[in-house]
Amino acid sequence: MSSSSPLRRPGSFSLIALALWIGLMVAISIWMAGQAQHWLPVQASNAAPLVDGLFRFETGVGSFVFLGVVSVVAWTLLVHRAEKYDESDAEPIEGNTRLEVIWTVIPLVLVMAIAWYAIQVNTKLGVLGPMEHIHPRNAQEELGGYLGDRLPAEQVEVIARQWSWEFRYPGRNVSSTELHLELDRPVTFRLVSEDVLHGFYIPAFRLKQDVIPGRAINFNLTPTRVGRFRLRDSQFSGTWFAANQADVVVESADDHASWLKQGAAAPLQSGLSPAVGEYADRQARGPAGWPTVVPAPPPQVNVPGSNSLPHDA
Amino acid sequence: MTSTALVPEPLPSWRRYFGFSTDAKVIGIQYIVVAFFFFLIAGLLAMIIRGELLTPASDLVDRTVYNGLYTMHGTIMLFLFTFPVLNGLNNLLIPPMIGAPDMAFPRLNAVAFWMVPVFGFLLIASFFVPSGPATSGWWSYPPVSLQNPLGQLINGEFLWVLAVALSGISSILGAVNFVTTILRMRAPGMGFFRMPVFCWTALAAQTLQLIGLPALTGGAVMLLMDLTLGTSFYRPEGGGDPVLYQHFFWFYSHPAVYVIILPVFGIFSELFPVYSRKPLFGYVYVAVASFIIVGLGLVVWVHHIFPSVAQWMRNLFMVTTMLIAVPTGVKVFAWLGTMWRGKIKLTTPMLFCIGGLINFVFAGITGVMLATVPVDIHVSNTYFVVGHFHYVIYGAAVMGIFAAIYHWFPKFTGRMPYEGLGKLHFVLTFLGANLNFLPMHPLGLMGMPRRVSSYDPEFAFWNVLASLGAFLLGVSIIPFLLNMISSWVRGPRANHNPWNAIGLEWLLPSPPPEDNFGDHVPTVISRPYGYGKDEPLVEHQAEIERALTFAEVTR
Repeated sequence: MSSSSPLRRPGSFSLIALALWIGLMVAISIWMAGQAQHWLPVQASNAAPLVDGLFRFETGVGSFVFLGVVSVVAWTLLVHRAEKYDESDAEPIEGNTRLEVIWTVIPLVLVMAIAWYAIQVNTKLGVLGPMEHIHPRNAQEELGGYLGDRLPAEQVEVIARQWSWEFRYPGRNVSSTELHLELDRPVTFRLVSEDVLHGFYIPAFRLKQDVIPGRAINFNLTPTRVGRFRLRDSQFSGTWFAANQADVVVESADDHASWLKQGAAAPLQSGLSPAVGEYADRQARGPAGWPTVVPAPPPQVNVPGSNSLPHDA
Repeated sequence: MTSTALVPEPLPSWRRYFGFSTDAKVIGIQYIVVAFFFFLIAGLLAMIIRGELLTPASDLVDRTVYNGLYTMHGTIMLFLFTFPVLNGLNNLLIPPMIGAPDMAFPRLNAVAFWMVPVFGFLLIASFFVPSGPATSGWWSYPPVSLQNPLGQLINGEFLWVLAVALSGISSILGAVNFVTTILRMRAPGMGFFRMPVFCWTALAAQTLQLIGLPALTGGAVMLLMDLTLGTSFYRPEGGGDPVLYQHFFWFYSHPAVYVIILPVFGIFSELFPVYSRKPLFGYVYVAVASFIIVGLGLVVWVHHIFPSVAQWMRNLFMVTTMLIAVPTGVKVFAWLGTMWRGKIKLTTPMLFCIGGLINFVFAGITGVMLATVPVDIHVSNTYFVVGHFHYVIYGAAVMGIFAAIYHWFPKFTGRMPYEGLGKLHFVLTFLGANLNFLPMHPLGLMGMPRRVSSYDPEFAFWNVLASLGAFLLGVSIIPFLLNMISSWVRGPRANHNPWNAIGLEWLLPSPPPEDNFGDHVPTVISRPYGYGKDEPLVEHQAEIERALTFAEVTR
């Protein structure tokens, strides 16, 4: 765009060279957009392809803009350097209204196009499941009168604590510290926190929702890939924030049914809570670091599961 | 305007830098030196953070210590390095650039500065109280920031809130001063559209301070009351709303990014013309774009909290955030236009400008990605964001600040900095910053949350690279310090205009006298950046320059 001078009409040779260079930049940008997919975890929910498509598009556009700017800088450094001992000034070009209009309008159109695309993705994500239906936690609901029971989606209550994740399957009499989901079946989470802010973040699903104490937040998604993924707390929650992770297992309908059945038969036991173990070690070693909030006791669940098996993402 | 008659005579030589001086040039250097003292401390904290993150396990420091370190790193870097160093540049540059003898309110200016060591002391002292320092990040979101395990009145979080509130008051005092000075004390003939862009951007940034800071300060006072007096502004169990704090916080703290980057845009706009020997391309538009950024910058704050707000807010704030790319792009293209067909000189300040420009463009692209809600939902609160804002603040802003220091060092010390050490500093900084902050982007895309003291093994590779980059950045500061100290002590004497630059400050001796032009303020007769136009900036310019040169050869 600014490779042609605003004052001098470029010759046909330089126009061809410029066109070739732009073509090369377009090719590199398209290649970068393809590469962008490899920077992301595997796609394990129906939201992931939509988010990734937008990200690839932005990577392509962004690569082109970056290469364009760097090319202009590199060109000026190659061609427009002052000769040694040349103390004179350059030709005083103070501006060019047409160029200024162009480099206002093109970015404006570009970012609005990206915004339009993003709103489309947002709307589709909203249609896939009404995200984050926020309402105050109320006592009646706590007692089990579950609105969600009338929906076809599987219901999972997620309880975030300092520092453990507990998953309850209402109506199934199962609770766990490992999240099990059925492949291709919509699930509605009801996210609550017992203490501070937490972030419900499963990178393979590309979805994240803050869990806010005092509110219950409904959150829908559909897992689309069998595997073992990580759930990570994404909103800083105190001393053992980094250890506040759980595994998410997406399994076939049969496996899921048998997991639920076995779980219902299992007795309640202490679930996973790495923070509790680390805290005990820390106490045994004697004074270390600064005072901390004491971790909540491990939740009593039917299935503790594991958080040390290899995961896909 | 000023009442210098009431001010005591300045102390001789170096000793005045250690006392309560009302001379803006002394205060400016005080700000910058204090800022770099804290820069070294916060940088050291960053080294420990990156040391911990060399390995996946939490094995270098206790987790509480890690949380305290990253909280204090961010807090000190922002409130005790970035804002003070920029206020230092404002103090040094604004009065000479507009031909004023000093700031409008010199004693207020000194008070604003002396609050910095006070709240700096409070923050550092918080390392030594029994509770340890604040550990909930520089956002200090409740309820986690309100948890006070020891239950003591004087705790790290208490000192943190106090320090942030004092910093806010100091910045408001500074802003009142800068805005008044720019509006009321310009040289005769210097209309707004003959004002250097640095002053435009300073005016824009300080206006943002005045609008935004009350929200943060009010939010912090409520946090202090929740913490200390048991109120429930943000405590859910008492009917409060923790998300309310996030709005107060980001209503200021997003514009704060523009408070930081706008003056750096000003620095770029000053320096690219000097070292390209060409006028700034599209001066009027570049100047006005600063205020478009101010207007838009005030209505984008929700993009920091997309994962905790309703859908309608997400789309609205996504569009406003995307729009800000336009006036920012205008500036970037104007700098490219300035370099185009110039006579470029790759001096140390120019290298820092070019490096900063490239880093800033990269940060702008990841910024647009972060503005789009679906991508942001995936990468918010991950290392992608950490990488993005370090590209803005270190890659662009700190590099711009270094450029400014090398460029104006001769003016205010009367000595030339060494080019060789300066270029070494640039190369180490540029490589270190990119090696440190680029790997953070893949980490975030893979799903590594920020603020973690341990991580899954698949993140190890990029973390090792980032840590090496951080250590390189640590090394990069050594040639800078060597350069500053040795050239200030025994560098070659600078003449009044070593870079052959155009601007009122270059029509003063190096270093300028305390009251700058005194009673002989020149009348401005043309726009800034008249490189190659062969027209004087002020009336009687040739005589002024002849007198300056004469004084230099006879000294």
